Amino acid sequence: MFRIALWKQEPSPWRAATAWLFVAPFMTIFVVFTAVPAVLALIYSFTDIGVADIRHPLDVDFVSFQTFARVLTNPGFLKSVWTTALFVLIGVPLTMMIGLALAIGLNSGITKLRATYRAAFYLPVITNIVAAAVIWQYAFTLSGPVNSMLEAMGATGPNWLGDPRMAMPTVIMLAVWRNIGTCMVLFLAGLQAIPSDVYEAARIDGASAWRRFSAITLPLLKPATLLVTVLMTVSFMNIFDEPYLVTKGGPLSSTKSVALWVYEQFGQGNIAPAMAGSYVMLAIVVVLGVLQLRLLRAH
Amino acid sequence: MTKPHPALTALLYGLLTIGAVIALLPFAWVLFGAFKTQAEIMSAPGAWLPRSFANLDNFVTLFSERRFGRYMINSLIVSAATVITNVLFATMAGYALAKLEFPGQKMVFGCVLAAMMVPYIALFVPQFFIVVQMGLVNTLTAVVLPMAVMPIGVFIMRQFANSVPDELLEAARLDGAGEFAIFFKIFLPLVGPAIATVAIITFLNSWNYFLWPLIVAQNQDTYTLPVGLAVASQAAKSTDYGLLLAGAIVVLLPVLILFLFLQKYFVQGIAGTGIK
Repeated sequence: MFRIALWKQEPSPWRAATAWLFVAPFMTIFVVFTAVPAVLALIYSFTDIGVADIRHPLDVDFVSFQTFARVLTNPGFLKSVWTTALFVLIGVPLTMMIGLALAIGLNSGITKLRATYRAAFYLPVITNIVAAAVIWQYAFTLSGPVNSMLEAMGATGPNWLGDPRMAMPTVIMLAVWRNIGTCMVLFLAGLQAIPSDVYEAARIDGASAWRRFSAITLPLLKPATLLVTVLMTVSFMNIFDEPYLVTKGGPLSSTKSVALWVYEQFGQGNIAPAMAGSYVMLAIVVVLGVLQLRLLRAH
Repeated sequence: MTKPHPALTALLYGLLTIGAVIALLPFAWVLFGAFKTQAEIMSAPGAWLPRSFANLDNFVTLFSERRFGRYMINSLIVSAATVITNVLFATMAGYALAKLEFPGQKMVFGCVLAAMMVPYIALFVPQFFIVVQMGLVNTLTAVVLPMAVMPIGVFIMRQFANSVPDELLEAARLDGAGEFAIFFKIFLPLVGPAIATVAIITFLNSWNYFLWPLIVAQNQDTYTLPVGLAVASQAAKSTDYGLLLAGAIVVLLPVLILFLFLQKYFVQGIAGTGIK
Protein backbone atom coordinates (compact mmCIF):
# COMPACT_ATOMS: atom_id res chain seq x y z
CA MET A 1 0.00 0.00 0.00
CA PHE A 2 2.84 2.36 0.87
CA ARG A 3 4.39 1.97 -2.54
CA ILE A 4 1.05 2.64 -4.21
CA ALA A 5 0.50 5.83 -2.26
CA LEU A 6 4.01 6.99 -3.09
CA TRP A 7 3.53 6.25 -6.76
CA LYS A 8 0.33 8.22 -6.89
CA GLN A 9 1.88 11.43 -5.67
CA GLU A 10 4.70 11.31 -8.14
CA PRO A 11 3.82 13.78 -10.91
CA SER A 12 4.01 12.04 -14.23
CA PRO A 13 4.29 14.18 -17.35
CA TRP A 14 3.32 11.18 -19.47
CA ARG A 15 0.11 10.74 -17.49
CA ALA A 16 -0.69 14.45 -17.71
CA ALA A 17 -0.20 14.30 -21.48
CA THR A 18 -2.53 11.30 -21.68
CA ALA A 19 -5.11 13.12 -19.60
CA TRP A 20 -5.02 16.17 -21.87
CA LEU A 21 -5.31 13.91 -24.89
CA PHE A 22 -8.41 12.36 -23.27
CA VAL A 23 -10.10 15.68 -22.54
CA ALA A 24 -9.01 17.26 -25.85
CA PRO A 25 -12.13 16.30 -27.85
CA PHE A 26 -14.43 17.76 -25.21
CA MET A 27 -12.34 20.92 -24.84
CA THR A 28 -12.16 21.42 -28.61
CA ILE A 29 -15.93 21.24 -29.02
CA PHE A 30 -16.39 23.37 -25.90
CA VAL A 31 -14.08 26.12 -27.16
CA VAL A 32 -15.43 26.17 -30.71
CA PHE A 33 -19.16 25.84 -29.95
CA THR A 34 -19.59 27.29 -26.45
CA ALA A 35 -16.74 29.57 -25.36
CA VAL A 36 -16.08 31.30 -28.69
CA PRO A 37 -19.81 31.81 -29.45
CA ALA A 38 -20.34 33.24 -25.95
CA VAL A 39 -17.52 35.76 -26.52
CA LEU A 40 -18.62 36.49 -30.10
CA ALA A 41 -22.18 37.16 -28.99
CA LEU A 42 -20.92 39.69 -26.47
CA ILE A 43 -18.64 41.43 -28.96
CA TYR A 44 -21.27 41.56 -31.69
CA SER A 45 -23.80 42.98 -29.23
CA PHE A 46 -21.76 46.19 -29.47
CA THR A 47 -21.85 46.31 -33.28
CA ASP A 48 -24.45 46.96 -35.95
CA ILE A 49 -24.02 43.54 -37.58
CA GLY A 50 -26.84 42.53 -39.88
CA VAL A 51 -27.64 39.53 -42.00
CA ALA A 52 -25.58 40.85 -44.93
CA ASP A 53 -22.43 40.78 -42.76
CA ILE A 54 -22.55 37.06 -41.92
CA ARG A 55 -20.01 36.22 -44.61
CA HIS A 56 -17.76 39.16 -43.68
CA PRO A 57 -18.05 39.22 -39.90
CA LEU A 58 -14.95 41.38 -39.42
CA ASP A 59 -16.29 44.26 -41.49
CA VAL A 60 -18.75 45.76 -38.98
CA ASP A 61 -19.00 49.04 -37.07
CA PHE A 62 -18.86 49.35 -33.31
CA VAL A 63 -21.80 51.25 -31.88
CA SER A 64 -21.02 50.85 -28.17
CA PHE A 65 -24.19 50.49 -26.11
CA GLN A 66 -26.61 51.61 -28.84
CA THR A 67 -27.82 48.10 -29.62
CA PHE A 68 -28.37 47.31 -25.94
CA ALA A 69 -30.24 50.61 -25.54
CA ARG A 70 -32.44 49.79 -28.54
CA VAL A 71 -33.21 46.33 -27.21
CA LEU A 72 -33.92 47.46 -23.66
CA THR A 73 -36.37 50.11 -24.87
CA ASN A 74 -38.04 47.87 -27.44
CA PRO A 75 -41.67 47.27 -26.34
CA GLY A 76 -41.67 43.83 -27.99
CA PHE A 77 -38.59 42.78 -26.04
CA LEU A 78 -39.92 44.14 -22.75
CA LYS A 79 -43.20 42.33 -23.28
CA SER A 80 -41.32 39.09 -23.95
CA VAL A 81 -39.41 39.57 -20.67
CA TRP A 82 -42.74 39.88 -18.86
CA THR A 83 -44.13 36.82 -20.67
CA THR A 84 -41.03 34.81 -19.75
CA ALA A 85 -41.41 35.93 -16.12
CA LEU A 86 -44.99 34.62 -16.22
CA PHE A 87 -43.77 31.29 -17.63
CA VAL A 88 -41.29 31.02 -14.75
CA LEU A 89 -43.57 32.28 -11.97
CA ILE A 90 -46.48 30.02 -12.91
CA GLY A 91 -44.73 27.08 -14.54
CA VAL A 92 -41.97 26.43 -11.99
CA PRO A 93 -44.08 26.25 -8.79
CA LEU A 94 -46.84 24.32 -10.56
CA THR A 95 -44.44 21.72 -11.97
CA MET A 96 -42.61 21.37 -8.66
CA MET A 97 -45.75 20.99 -6.55
CA ILE A 98 -47.22 18.30 -8.79
CA GLY A 99 -43.84 16.56 -9.04
CA LEU A 100 -43.42 16.58 -5.27
CA ALA A 101 -46.97 15.33 -4.69
CA LEU A 102 -46.39 12.42 -7.09
CA ALA A 103 -43.02 11.58 -5.51
CA ILE A 104 -44.57 11.53 -2.04
CA GLY A 105 -47.46 9.41 -3.32
CA LEU A 106 -45.07 6.91 -4.89
CA ASN A 107 -42.86 6.87 -1.79
CA SER A 108 -45.60 6.28 0.77
CA GLY A 109 -45.38 2.53 0.97
CA ILE A 110 -47.30 1.40 -2.09
CA THR A 111 -45.69 -1.55 -3.80
CA LYS A 112 -48.16 -2.62 -6.47
CA LEU A 113 -47.97 -0.82 -9.81
CA ARG A 114 -45.26 1.53 -8.49
CA ALA A 115 -43.04 1.08 -11.53
CA THR A 116 -46.03 1.47 -13.84
CA TYR A 117 -47.08 4.78 -12.29
CA ARG A 118 -43.51 6.05 -12.40
CA ALA A 119 -43.22 5.10 -16.07
CA ALA A 120 -46.53 6.83 -16.88
CA PHE A 121 -45.46 10.09 -15.22
CA TYR A 122 -42.00 9.92 -16.76
CA LEU A 123 -43.14 9.19 -20.31
CA PRO A 124 -43.93 12.87 -21.17
CA VAL A 125 -40.29 13.80 -20.38
CA ILE A 126 -38.95 11.70 -23.24
CA THR A 127 -41.71 12.70 -25.64
CA ASN A 128 -40.45 14.60 -28.65
CA ILE A 129 -41.51 18.24 -28.35
CA VAL A 130 -42.50 18.62 -31.99
CA ALA A 131 -44.76 15.57 -31.74
CA ALA A 132 -46.18 16.82 -28.44
CA ALA A 133 -46.89 20.24 -29.96
CA VAL A 134 -48.75 18.63 -32.88
CA ILE A 135 -50.84 16.68 -30.38
CA TRP A 136 -51.54 19.87 -28.40
CA GLN A 137 -52.60 21.81 -31.51
CA TYR A 138 -54.96 19.02 -32.51
CA ALA A 139 -56.39 18.30 -29.05
CA PHE A 140 -56.99 21.94 -28.11
CA THR A 141 -58.68 23.15 -31.30
CA LEU A 142 -62.05 24.81 -30.72
CA SER A 143 -64.13 21.65 -31.21
CA GLY A 144 -61.33 19.13 -30.67
CA PRO A 145 -61.04 16.17 -28.28
CA VAL A 146 -60.45 18.29 -25.15
CA ASN A 147 -63.53 20.44 -25.63
CA SER A 148 -65.65 17.45 -26.64
CA MET A 149 -64.59 15.82 -23.36
CA LEU A 150 -65.53 18.98 -21.43
CA GLU A 151 -68.84 19.09 -23.28
CA ALA A 152 -69.58 15.50 -22.25
CA MET A 153 -69.04 16.63 -18.67
CA GLY A 154 -71.47 19.52 -19.16
CA ALA A 155 -68.94 22.34 -19.53
CA THR A 156 -68.19 24.60 -22.47
CA GLY A 157 -64.52 24.65 -23.33
CA PRO A 158 -62.80 27.92 -24.29
CA ASN A 159 -60.99 28.73 -27.54
CA TRP A 160 -57.71 27.48 -26.05
CA LEU A 161 -55.26 28.57 -28.72
CA GLY A 162 -57.21 31.43 -30.30
CA ASP A 163 -57.94 33.49 -27.21
CA PRO A 164 -54.96 35.57 -26.03
CA ARG A 165 -55.95 34.93 -22.41
CA MET A 166 -56.17 31.15 -22.85
CA ALA A 167 -53.11 30.54 -25.08
CA MET A 168 -50.65 31.12 -22.23
CA PRO A 169 -52.26 28.56 -19.86
CA THR A 170 -52.46 26.06 -22.74
CA VAL A 171 -48.75 26.42 -23.56
CA ILE A 172 -47.85 26.30 -19.85
CA MET A 173 -49.84 23.07 -19.54
CA LEU A 174 -47.66 21.51 -22.24
CA ALA A 175 -44.43 22.67 -20.54
CA VAL A 176 -45.63 21.48 -17.14
CA TRP A 177 -46.69 18.12 -18.57
CA ARG A 178 -43.20 17.63 -20.03
CA ASN A 179 -41.30 18.66 -16.87
CA ILE A 180 -43.25 16.96 -14.07
CA GLY A 181 -41.47 13.63 -14.60
CA THR A 182 -38.01 15.17 -14.08
CA CYS A 183 -39.15 16.82 -10.83
CA MET A 184 -40.76 13.59 -9.67
CA VAL A 185 -37.63 11.49 -10.25
CA LEU A 186 -35.37 14.00 -8.48
CA PHE A 187 -37.75 14.40 -5.52
CA LEU A 188 -38.14 10.62 -5.31
CA ALA A 189 -34.36 10.21 -5.10
CA GLY A 190 -34.32 12.88 -2.36
CA LEU A 191 -37.11 11.19 -0.42
CA GLN A 192 -35.43 7.81 -0.59
CA ALA A 193 -32.31 9.32 0.97
CA ILE A 194 -34.25 10.19 4.14
CA PRO A 195 -33.73 7.35 6.65
CA SER A 196 -37.05 5.77 7.67
CA ASP A 197 -36.13 5.56 11.38
CA VAL A 198 -36.45 9.35 11.59
CA TYR A 199 -40.13 8.93 10.77
CA GLU A 200 -40.44 6.01 13.19
CA ALA A 201 -39.06 8.11 16.04
CA ALA A 202 -41.43 10.98 15.21
CA ARG A 203 -44.37 8.58 15.09
CA ILE A 204 -43.49 7.15 18.49
CA ASP A 205 -43.35 10.70 19.83
CA GLY A 206 -46.88 11.16 18.53
CA ALA A 207 -46.19 13.58 15.66
CA SER A 208 -49.13 14.01 13.27
CA ALA A 209 -48.81 13.27 9.55
CA TRP A 210 -48.72 16.99 8.72
CA ARG A 211 -46.13 17.62 11.41
CA ARG A 212 -43.96 14.77 10.07
CA PHE A 213 -44.22 16.29 6.59
CA SER A 214 -43.45 19.88 7.62
CA ALA A 215 -40.83 19.10 10.27
CA ILE A 216 -39.01 16.16 8.66
CA THR A 217 -39.75 15.72 4.96
CA LEU A 218 -39.57 19.35 3.81
CA PRO A 219 -36.36 20.34 5.66
CA LEU A 220 -34.54 17.12 4.73
CA LEU A 221 -35.68 17.53 1.15
CA LYS A 222 -34.13 20.98 0.87
CA PRO A 223 -31.08 20.01 -1.25
CA ALA A 224 -33.33 18.21 -3.76
CA THR A 225 -35.79 21.12 -3.73
CA LEU A 226 -33.11 23.70 -4.48
CA LEU A 227 -31.65 21.56 -7.24
CA VAL A 228 -35.08 21.12 -8.85
CA THR A 229 -35.71 24.86 -8.49
CA VAL A 230 -32.49 25.67 -10.35
CA LEU A 231 -33.18 23.14 -13.12
CA MET A 232 -36.79 24.22 -13.61
CA THR A 233 -36.05 27.95 -13.46
CA VAL A 234 -33.38 27.62 -16.16
CA SER A 235 -35.65 25.41 -18.23
CA PHE A 236 -38.65 27.80 -18.06
CA MET A 237 -36.51 30.93 -18.54
CA ASN A 238 -35.19 29.49 -21.79
CA ILE A 239 -38.59 28.32 -22.97
CA PHE A 240 -38.66 28.29 -26.76
CA ASP A 241 -39.91 25.03 -28.27
CA GLU A 242 -43.37 25.02 -26.69
CA PRO A 243 -44.53 28.53 -27.68
CA TYR A 244 -42.70 28.42 -31.02
CA LEU A 245 -44.34 25.17 -32.07
CA VAL A 246 -47.82 25.50 -30.58
CA THR A 247 -48.67 29.19 -31.00
CA LYS A 248 -45.73 30.83 -32.81
CA GLY A 249 -45.75 33.27 -29.91
CA GLY A 250 -49.32 34.39 -30.61
CA PRO A 251 -52.10 35.26 -30.50
CA LEU A 252 -51.18 38.96 -30.15
CA SER A 253 -47.68 37.98 -28.90
CA SER A 254 -49.30 36.65 -25.73
CA THR A 255 -46.93 33.67 -25.57
CA LYS A 256 -43.77 35.21 -27.04
CA SER A 257 -40.87 34.39 -24.69
CA VAL A 258 -37.47 36.12 -24.81
CA ALA A 259 -35.95 33.09 -26.55
CA LEU A 260 -38.64 33.28 -29.20
CA TRP A 261 -38.10 37.04 -29.58
CA VAL A 262 -34.37 36.43 -30.10
CA TYR A 263 -35.10 33.72 -32.68
CA GLU A 264 -37.48 36.05 -34.56
CA GLN A 265 -34.92 38.87 -34.64
CA PHE A 266 -32.36 36.40 -36.02
CA GLY A 267 -34.90 35.25 -38.61
CA GLN A 268 -35.54 38.86 -39.68
CA GLY A 269 -31.82 39.49 -40.08
CA ASN A 270 -31.52 41.76 -37.01
CA ILE A 271 -28.43 39.92 -35.83
CA ALA A 272 -27.07 42.51 -33.38
CA PRO A 273 -30.36 42.95 -31.47
CA ALA A 274 -30.73 39.16 -31.35
CA MET A 275 -27.33 38.80 -29.71
CA ALA A 276 -27.84 41.73 -27.34
CA GLY A 277 -31.23 40.33 -26.33
CA SER A 278 -29.78 36.88 -25.70
CA TYR A 279 -27.04 38.47 -23.59
CA VAL A 280 -29.57 40.29 -21.45
CA MET A 281 -31.21 36.88 -21.01
CA LEU A 282 -27.86 35.25 -20.25
CA ALA A 283 -27.09 37.90 -17.62
CA ILE A 284 -30.43 37.25 -15.89
CA VAL A 285 -29.91 33.47 -16.02
CA VAL A 286 -26.38 33.76 -14.63
CA VAL A 287 -27.40 36.10 -11.79
CA LEU A 288 -30.35 33.90 -10.81
CA GLY A 289 -28.26 30.74 -11.23
CA VAL A 290 -25.44 32.03 -9.01
CA LEU A 291 -27.97 33.14 -6.37
CA GLN A 292 -29.64 29.75 -6.38
CA LEU A 293 -26.30 27.90 -6.32
CA ARG A 294 -25.26 29.99 -3.30
CA LEU A 295 -28.40 28.79 -1.55
CA LEU A 296 -27.65 25.23 -2.65
CA ARG A 297 -24.08 25.43 -1.32
CA ALA A 298 -25.28 26.81 2.00
CA HIS A 299 -26.80 23.40 2.69
CA MET B 1 -43.14 0.43 9.52
CA THR B 2 -46.80 0.66 10.44
CA LYS B 3 -49.18 0.14 7.57
CA PRO B 4 -51.31 3.10 6.50
CA HIS B 5 -55.08 2.79 6.81
CA PRO B 6 -56.59 0.70 3.97
CA ALA B 7 -58.95 3.56 3.03
CA LEU B 8 -55.96 5.90 2.68
CA THR B 9 -54.19 3.35 0.52
CA ALA B 10 -57.25 3.06 -1.70
CA LEU B 11 -57.48 6.85 -1.98
CA LEU B 12 -53.79 7.03 -2.89
CA TYR B 13 -54.20 4.42 -5.62
CA GLY B 14 -57.27 6.29 -6.90
CA LEU B 15 -55.43 9.60 -7.12
CA LEU B 16 -52.33 8.09 -8.72
CA THR B 17 -54.47 6.31 -11.29
CA ILE B 18 -56.34 9.50 -12.20
CA GLY B 19 -53.00 11.33 -12.49
CA ALA B 20 -51.52 8.61 -14.67
CA VAL B 21 -54.57 8.63 -16.95
CA ILE B 22 -54.31 12.41 -17.39
CA ALA B 23 -50.56 12.14 -18.07
CA LEU B 24 -51.22 9.50 -20.72
CA LEU B 25 -54.24 11.20 -22.41
CA PRO B 26 -52.11 12.93 -25.10
CA PHE B 27 -50.79 9.51 -26.14
CA ALA B 28 -54.38 8.31 -26.61
CA TRP B 29 -55.17 11.38 -28.73
CA VAL B 30 -52.19 10.83 -31.02
CA LEU B 31 -52.74 7.09 -31.29
CA PHE B 32 -56.43 7.45 -32.19
CA GLY B 33 -55.98 10.55 -34.34
CA ALA B 34 -53.27 9.10 -36.57
CA PHE B 35 -55.75 6.67 -38.12
CA LYS B 36 -58.33 9.34 -39.02
CA THR B 37 -58.87 10.67 -42.54
CA GLN B 38 -59.00 14.39 -43.01
CA ALA B 39 -62.71 14.19 -43.88
CA GLU B 40 -63.29 12.39 -40.61
CA ILE B 41 -61.55 15.10 -38.60
CA MET B 42 -63.38 17.86 -40.46
CA SER B 43 -66.83 16.33 -39.94
CA ALA B 44 -66.36 15.21 -36.32
CA PRO B 45 -63.36 17.04 -34.86
CA GLY B 46 -64.28 16.14 -31.30
CA ALA B 47 -64.58 12.37 -31.79
CA TRP B 48 -61.89 10.39 -30.00
CA LEU B 49 -61.88 7.07 -31.81
CA PRO B 50 -61.23 6.70 -35.55
CA ARG B 51 -63.73 4.87 -37.72
CA SER B 52 -61.17 2.20 -38.45
CA PHE B 53 -57.72 1.33 -37.19
CA ALA B 54 -57.04 -0.37 -40.53
CA ASN B 55 -56.73 3.00 -42.28
CA LEU B 56 -52.98 3.35 -42.79
CA ASP B 57 -53.25 6.01 -45.52
CA ASN B 58 -51.65 8.69 -43.36
CA PHE B 59 -48.54 6.60 -42.81
CA VAL B 60 -48.33 5.66 -46.48
CA THR B 61 -48.61 9.34 -47.49
CA LEU B 62 -45.81 10.31 -45.11
CA PHE B 63 -43.35 7.94 -46.72
CA SER B 64 -44.51 8.23 -50.33
CA GLU B 65 -45.63 11.84 -50.94
CA ARG B 66 -43.80 13.49 -48.03
CA ARG B 67 -40.16 12.65 -47.49
CA PHE B 68 -40.32 11.09 -44.03
CA GLY B 69 -38.15 8.19 -45.20
CA ARG B 70 -35.33 10.64 -45.92
CA TYR B 71 -35.88 12.46 -42.60
CA MET B 72 -35.80 9.19 -40.74
CA ILE B 73 -32.52 8.15 -42.35
CA ASN B 74 -31.08 11.59 -41.48
CA SER B 75 -32.25 11.27 -37.89
CA LEU B 76 -30.75 7.80 -37.63
CA ILE B 77 -27.41 8.98 -39.06
CA VAL B 78 -27.31 11.99 -36.71
CA SER B 79 -28.25 9.91 -33.67
CA ALA B 80 -25.83 7.07 -34.45
CA ALA B 81 -22.93 9.48 -35.04
CA THR B 82 -23.74 11.45 -31.89
CA VAL B 83 -24.01 8.35 -29.71
CA ILE B 84 -20.67 6.99 -30.95
CA THR B 85 -18.74 10.26 -30.48
CA ASN B 86 -20.35 11.00 -27.11
CA VAL B 87 -19.75 7.56 -25.65
CA LEU B 88 -16.11 7.56 -26.75
CA PHE B 89 -15.20 11.16 -25.89
CA ALA B 90 -17.29 11.39 -22.71
CA THR B 91 -15.77 8.18 -21.38
CA MET B 92 -12.26 9.44 -22.11
CA ALA B 93 -12.90 12.87 -20.55
CA GLY B 94 -14.78 11.44 -17.56
CA TYR B 95 -11.94 9.01 -16.88
CA ALA B 96 -9.29 11.72 -17.10
CA LEU B 97 -11.26 14.04 -14.82
CA ALA B 98 -11.86 11.38 -12.18
CA LYS B 99 -8.76 9.19 -12.32
CA LEU B 100 -5.79 11.09 -13.72
CA GLU B 101 -4.16 14.07 -12.07
CA PHE B 102 -3.14 16.78 -14.49
CA PRO B 103 -2.60 20.52 -14.55
CA GLY B 104 -5.78 22.32 -15.55
CA GLN B 105 -8.07 19.57 -14.26
CA LYS B 106 -10.26 21.95 -12.24
CA MET B 107 -10.51 24.34 -15.16
CA VAL B 108 -11.67 21.54 -17.49
CA PHE B 109 -14.32 20.46 -14.99
CA GLY B 110 -15.40 24.09 -14.68
CA CYS B 111 -15.91 24.11 -18.45
CA VAL B 112 -18.11 21.01 -18.16
CA LEU B 113 -20.30 22.76 -15.57
CA ALA B 114 -20.36 26.01 -17.54
CA ALA B 115 -21.42 24.20 -20.70
CA MET B 116 -24.31 22.63 -18.80
CA MET B 117 -25.50 25.98 -17.44
CA VAL B 118 -25.22 28.31 -20.46
CA PRO B 119 -28.64 28.88 -22.02
CA TYR B 120 -28.54 27.61 -25.56
CA ILE B 121 -30.48 30.58 -26.86
CA ALA B 122 -27.44 32.78 -26.20
CA LEU B 123 -25.22 30.61 -28.40
CA PHE B 124 -27.07 29.60 -31.53
CA VAL B 125 -26.58 32.80 -33.54
CA PRO B 126 -22.75 32.86 -33.24
CA GLN B 127 -22.71 29.06 -33.64
CA PHE B 128 -24.44 29.59 -36.96
CA PHE B 129 -21.73 32.15 -37.92
CA ILE B 130 -19.03 29.61 -37.13
CA VAL B 131 -20.71 26.90 -39.16
CA VAL B 132 -21.07 29.33 -42.07
CA GLN B 133 -17.35 30.12 -41.87
CA MET B 134 -16.55 26.40 -41.85
CA GLY B 135 -18.69 26.03 -44.97
CA LEU B 136 -20.84 23.39 -43.30
CA VAL B 137 -24.31 24.94 -43.57
CA ASN B 138 -26.91 22.44 -44.69
CA THR B 139 -24.86 19.35 -43.85
CA LEU B 140 -25.50 16.64 -41.29
CA THR B 141 -21.96 17.22 -40.00
CA ALA B 142 -23.06 20.68 -38.87
CA VAL B 143 -26.03 19.14 -37.05
CA VAL B 144 -23.78 16.68 -35.19
CA LEU B 145 -20.67 18.77 -34.43
CA PRO B 146 -21.89 21.05 -31.60
CA MET B 147 -23.27 18.03 -29.72
CA ALA B 148 -20.39 15.65 -30.47
CA VAL B 149 -19.41 15.68 -26.77
CA MET B 150 -22.27 16.81 -24.55
CA PRO B 151 -21.23 18.04 -21.09
CA ILE B 152 -23.93 15.94 -19.43
CA GLY B 153 -22.26 12.75 -20.70
CA VAL B 154 -18.85 13.84 -19.39
CA PHE B 155 -20.45 14.71 -16.06
CA ILE B 156 -22.16 11.32 -15.74
CA MET B 157 -19.01 9.41 -16.74
CA ARG B 158 -16.96 11.33 -14.19
CA GLN B 159 -19.46 10.44 -11.45
CA PHE B 160 -19.31 6.75 -12.36
CA ALA B 161 -15.52 6.77 -12.77
CA ASN B 162 -15.17 8.13 -9.25
CA SER B 163 -16.63 4.88 -7.94
CA VAL B 164 -13.95 2.74 -9.63
CA PRO B 165 -11.31 1.94 -6.98
CA ASP B 166 -7.93 3.64 -7.54
CA GLU B 167 -6.11 0.51 -6.32
CA LEU B 168 -7.15 -1.41 -9.41
CA LEU B 169 -5.64 1.14 -11.76
CA GLU B 170 -2.53 1.60 -9.58
CA ALA B 171 -1.92 -2.15 -9.45
CA ALA B 172 -1.98 -2.29 -13.24
CA ARG B 173 0.41 0.67 -13.38
CA LEU B 174 2.81 -1.15 -11.03
CA ASP B 175 2.64 -4.14 -13.32
CA GLY B 176 3.91 -1.90 -16.07
CA ALA B 177 0.70 -1.37 -18.03
CA GLY B 178 0.62 1.78 -20.17
CA GLU B 179 -1.97 4.52 -19.70
CA PHE B 180 -3.94 3.47 -22.79
CA ALA B 181 -3.93 -0.19 -21.78
CA ILE B 182 -5.25 0.75 -18.35
CA PHE B 183 -8.07 2.79 -19.87
CA PHE B 184 -9.12 0.20 -22.43
CA LYS B 185 -8.47 -3.07 -20.58
CA ILE B 186 -9.14 -2.20 -16.93
CA PHE B 187 -11.38 0.85 -16.84
CA LEU B 188 -13.73 0.36 -19.81
CA PRO B 189 -14.96 -3.13 -18.84
CA LEU B 190 -15.91 -1.78 -15.40
CA VAL B 191 -18.16 1.04 -16.55
CA GLY B 192 -20.59 -0.80 -18.83
CA PRO B 193 -23.75 0.52 -17.11
CA ALA B 194 -22.44 4.10 -17.25
CA ILE B 195 -21.77 3.73 -20.96
CA ALA B 196 -25.32 2.45 -21.45
CA THR B 197 -26.68 5.46 -19.56
CA VAL B 198 -24.64 7.94 -21.58
CA ALA B 199 -25.59 6.19 -24.84
CA ILE B 200 -29.30 6.39 -24.01
CA ILE B 201 -29.25 9.99 -22.85
CA THR B 202 -27.30 10.98 -25.94
CA PHE B 203 -29.68 9.12 -28.21
CA LEU B 204 -32.66 10.79 -26.55
CA ASN B 205 -31.13 14.27 -26.80
CA SER B 206 -30.02 13.93 -30.39
CA TRP B 207 -33.23 12.27 -31.58
CA ASN B 208 -35.32 15.02 -29.97
CA TYR B 209 -32.99 17.91 -30.77
CA PHE B 210 -34.94 20.63 -32.54
CA LEU B 211 -33.68 24.22 -32.58
CA TRP B 212 -30.17 23.66 -33.97
CA PRO B 213 -31.15 21.24 -36.78
CA LEU B 214 -33.95 23.69 -37.65
CA ILE B 215 -31.36 26.44 -38.13
CA VAL B 216 -28.59 24.59 -40.00
CA ALA B 217 -30.71 22.24 -42.10
CA GLN B 218 -32.03 24.48 -44.83
CA ASN B 219 -33.54 22.06 -47.29
CA GLN B 220 -35.41 18.79 -47.18
CA ASP B 221 -32.33 16.68 -47.87
CA THR B 222 -30.91 17.49 -44.43
CA TYR B 223 -34.08 17.71 -42.34
CA THR B 224 -34.22 15.43 -39.33
CA LEU B 225 -37.58 13.95 -38.30
CA PRO B 226 -38.53 16.67 -35.77
CA VAL B 227 -37.62 19.43 -38.26
CA GLY B 228 -39.53 17.68 -41.04
CA LEU B 229 -42.58 17.33 -38.81
CA ALA B 230 -42.41 20.93 -37.60
CA VAL B 231 -42.09 22.27 -41.14
CA ALA B 232 -44.98 20.09 -42.29
CA SER B 233 -47.09 21.26 -39.37
CA GLN B 234 -46.41 24.92 -40.10
CA ALA B 235 -46.88 24.57 -43.84
CA ALA B 236 -50.14 22.66 -43.52
CA LYS B 237 -52.50 25.58 -43.15
CA SER B 238 -55.18 23.07 -44.06
CA THR B 239 -54.44 21.44 -40.68
CA ASP B 240 -54.32 17.89 -41.93
CA TYR B 241 -54.11 16.58 -38.39
CA GLY B 242 -54.43 12.91 -39.31
CA LEU B 243 -51.24 13.14 -41.35
CA LEU B 244 -49.40 15.23 -38.73
CA LEU B 245 -50.39 12.89 -35.90
CA ALA B 246 -49.15 9.92 -37.94
CA GLY B 247 -45.89 11.86 -38.31
CA ALA B 248 -45.83 12.39 -34.56
CA ILE B 249 -46.12 8.64 -34.04
CA VAL B 250 -43.19 8.02 -36.41
CA VAL B 251 -41.11 10.48 -34.36
CA LEU B 252 -42.21 9.08 -31.00
CA LEU B 253 -42.09 5.35 -31.62
CA PRO B 254 -38.31 4.64 -31.53
CA VAL B 255 -37.90 6.47 -28.23
CA LEU B 256 -40.99 4.86 -26.68
CA ILE B 257 -39.78 1.38 -27.62
CA LEU B 258 -36.33 2.08 -26.16
CA PHE B 259 -37.94 3.47 -23.00
CA LEU B 260 -40.08 0.37 -22.45
CA PHE B 261 -37.03 -1.88 -22.53
CA LEU B 262 -34.41 0.33 -20.88
CA GLN B 263 -36.41 2.43 -18.40
CA LYS B 264 -33.82 1.86 -15.68
CA TYR B 265 -31.08 3.71 -17.55
CA PHE B 266 -33.29 6.67 -18.47
CA VAL B 267 -34.24 7.31 -14.85
CA GLN B 268 -30.69 6.62 -13.64
CA GLY B 269 -29.34 9.27 -15.96
CA ILE B 270 -31.67 11.94 -14.59
CA ALA B 271 -31.32 11.01 -10.93
CA GLY B 272 -27.56 10.47 -11.28
CA THR B 273 -26.87 13.96 -12.61
CA GLY B 274 -28.92 15.56 -9.92
CA ILE B 275 -28.31 13.90 -6.64
CA LYS B 276 -24.86 12.34 -6.59
